[in-house]
Amino acid sequence: MKKMLVLTTALGGLAVPAMAQEITVMGWGGAYSASQVEAYHKPFAEKTGTKVVSVDADNPATPIKAQVSAGNVTVDVASVEIADAVRLCDEGMIIPIDAASLPAGVDGVAAVDDFIEGTLTECMIPTDIFSTIVAFDASKFPEGAAPATIADFFDTAKFPGKRGLKKGAKATLEMALMADGVPAADVYATLETPEGLDRAFAKLDSIKKDAVFWEAGAQPPQLLADGEVSMTMGWNGRIYNAAVQDNKPFKIIWDGQVFEWEGYVIPKGAPNEATALEFVKFATSSEPLAKAAEHISYGPPRKSSAPLVGNVFGTDVPMSPNLPTSPENMTNALASSLDFWVDRDSELNERFNAWLSAN
Amino acid sequence: MSDAPLTTSDGRPLKAALAQAQARARRRAFLLVAPLLLFVVITFILPIGQMLQRSIYHDGFSSAAPALQAWFEANPPGTAPDEAAYAALAADLQLMKANRTAGEAGTRVNYTLPGTRSLFTSSARGADKLEPPFREALLAENAKWGDPLVWEAMRSAASPWTSDFYLVATDMQRTADGGVERVPEKERIYLKLFGTTFMLSAVITGVCLLLAFPIAHLLATLPASRANLLMILVLLPFWTSLLVRTSSWIVLLQGQGVVNNVLVSARLVDDGARWQMIYNMTGTIIVMTHILLPFMVLPLYSVMRTIKPAYARAARSLGATSWTTFRRIYLPQTLPGIAAGALLVFILAVGYYITPALVGGADGQLFSNLIQFHMSKSNWSVAAALAGMLLAGVLVLYWLYDRLVGIDKLKLG
Repeated sequence: MKKMLVLTTALGGLAVPAMAQEITVMGWGGAYSASQVEAYHKPFAEKTGTKVVSVDADNPATPIKAQVSAGNVTVDVASVEIADAVRLCDEGMIIPIDAASLPAGVDGVAAVDDFIEGTLTECMIPTDIFSTIVAFDASKFPEGAAPATIADFFDTAKFPGKRGLKKGAKATLEMALMADGVPAADVYATLETPEGLDRAFAKLDSIKKDAVFWEAGAQPPQLLADGEVSMTMGWNGRIYNAAVQDNKPFKIIWDGQVFEWEGYVIPKGAPNEATALEFVKFATSSEPLAKAAEHISYGPPRKSSAPLVGNVFGTDVPMSPNLPTSPENMTNALASSLDFWVDRDSELNERFNAWLSAN
Repeated sequence: MSDAPLTTSDGRPLKAALAQAQARARRRAFLLVAPLLLFVVITFILPIGQMLQRSIYHDGFSSAAPALQAWFEANPPGTAPDEAAYAALAADLQLMKANRTAGEAGTRVNYTLPGTRSLFTSSARGADKLEPPFREALLAENAKWGDPLVWEAMRSAASPWTSDFYLVATDMQRTADGGVERVPEKERIYLKLFGTTFMLSAVITGVCLLLAFPIAHLLATLPASRANLLMILVLLPFWTSLLVRTSSWIVLLQGQGVVNNVLVSARLVDDGARWQMIYNMTGTIIVMTHILLPFMVLPLYSVMRTIKPAYARAARSLGATSWTTFRRIYLPQTLPGIAAGALLVFILAVGYYITPALVGGADGQLFSNLIQFHMSKSNWSVAAALAGMLLAGVLVLYWLYDRLVGIDKLKLG
């Protein structure tokens, strides 16, 4: 049946060269896919008449690799993380997309300048930005004396209480350096040097005795809720869910956030490549990106989308303060460096684990 | 009676007929176990073998860089790379770009020398524009290409069979002249954690034994109806999800948890000095002991139930004190159970990773947490080398155990 569908869509594509009747988009499921269906799939179908079939996978990069290797590609567009996108691109599993061909932002700025610096790569167009941040329990600090910067996270004298730290080097080392006064732009250059690395670990040493280390993303909100820690590193989406949906008094410190992103890729040999490209161009234009952010607390990667983001869907609370990409949250933000981490992930995590087990 | 061999009724020598009948029976028996044997080979021995092979075999670089491979074969280790070497490198980078294999090749070299994966991917991207002289062109592209360590790492990666992953797993690295040395002290982790893991597992096994022995004894001596009730209490946690049990311990033991709250409200502990019982080694020992306890209780119980009380009574009637009776009569008879339980608990503890990951904090991590880390990062080769070390460690202990206790003493039920 699926083959028939593919065949008929292919024939349909032949008859009307511009648009296929149907394309298949693979997402991650859950609230994340739901936001994409609302913001990208439905408006695209309305605008072009092309039906968008939504399928889900645990991590779409895995089936994409399997499908392309087997030469039986059924997916036209897939949502993947940047690390997977670069790997798949290096392996030739997904096709390069020329960022210059993307539509300009609503404010007229060309796409290559509209996307946040460093997020555009050869094969992936970003759809959303998520972030590693520091969050705190507002009830633990007096009014007006709450922590506000990444440096405060490392200042246990001024802001007493235990600290939740991610049990891993990525983002942790960057935050340590930023707290030590290294500007975001110099963080990776500093980490490349042995002295810079020592500096990051020395900063971590300063709170090691007060640290509680967590492994899973569900732990930071739990640690805060249990009162185990007064401040913790965490993923912004998880903290947002606990704060907004479970009404916890959690606040996010956006200063010193380390953000990553995911986006759309087109597998090599996609059945409707031309339409898939149209879909990607549409979905990653200013308005759909802004609309998606109203459904989930991941930020739009285009600068021109930020002012377009309205209220949290179905409420009258503005979404913008909860997004990593809102201009007021981006004053001291660091884009996680992919090149740095593919090279040094093992090495630095070995050092991190050695640091962990040392007394 | 003559020397003629015994024969069957149809005149064949009895010995031959017997051997034939036995061979037939053996074949039938073999056919009966064949499905199980096949199952074990396919689902157990082959995957483990394949995984172990990954720890010494990786063709990501060697298959992507034929020209460099040829140059390395023609020139002995320690040769400084000449123009021919750089030409081979340029040709291979172009090949990597065409075949999109730069990522794989870079990953392989990155194992041996961290920080080199992006060197391959970025240089391969512009490989088409490289022109002679290649040495200058490549050094202009990235000065790292002149680093002798990079060349040493490529030489090592040019052969698909390698000991590099075991070097990583034993905190060693290659030097520029082809030797090996220990990594800087700040980066040494695997050997230390290897030792910690076996030490912690031994402690957990010991605590399990101390806790399980009286329980098992009670279970074995109580009347059946009450023993069954107690047995359910032992088994109930056994049937509960591992994650649920681990999370429950977090609720109990954490700083603001039940135990600390009770101690504080009873004024036994000051509010400012709550006990740190979780997210450290203590937490790992407590939670893993609880989770593994049934594996000690059950073998002990099954052995103790078969010990006749008459022996102990006989010893007492002959004048032995209760301690002597326990030491000389009861304890030796429980040894098969102790042996089985200790082996089970120890081997399970050595390979545990979920519990230490959740409650281990900084110093309560085990070796398997690092294996899991490398698996999740697709560093299958290093993960395989670490797993190989763990397997070897357990086998050595098993051998020692066999020598000291004797594996025939083992009794699981």
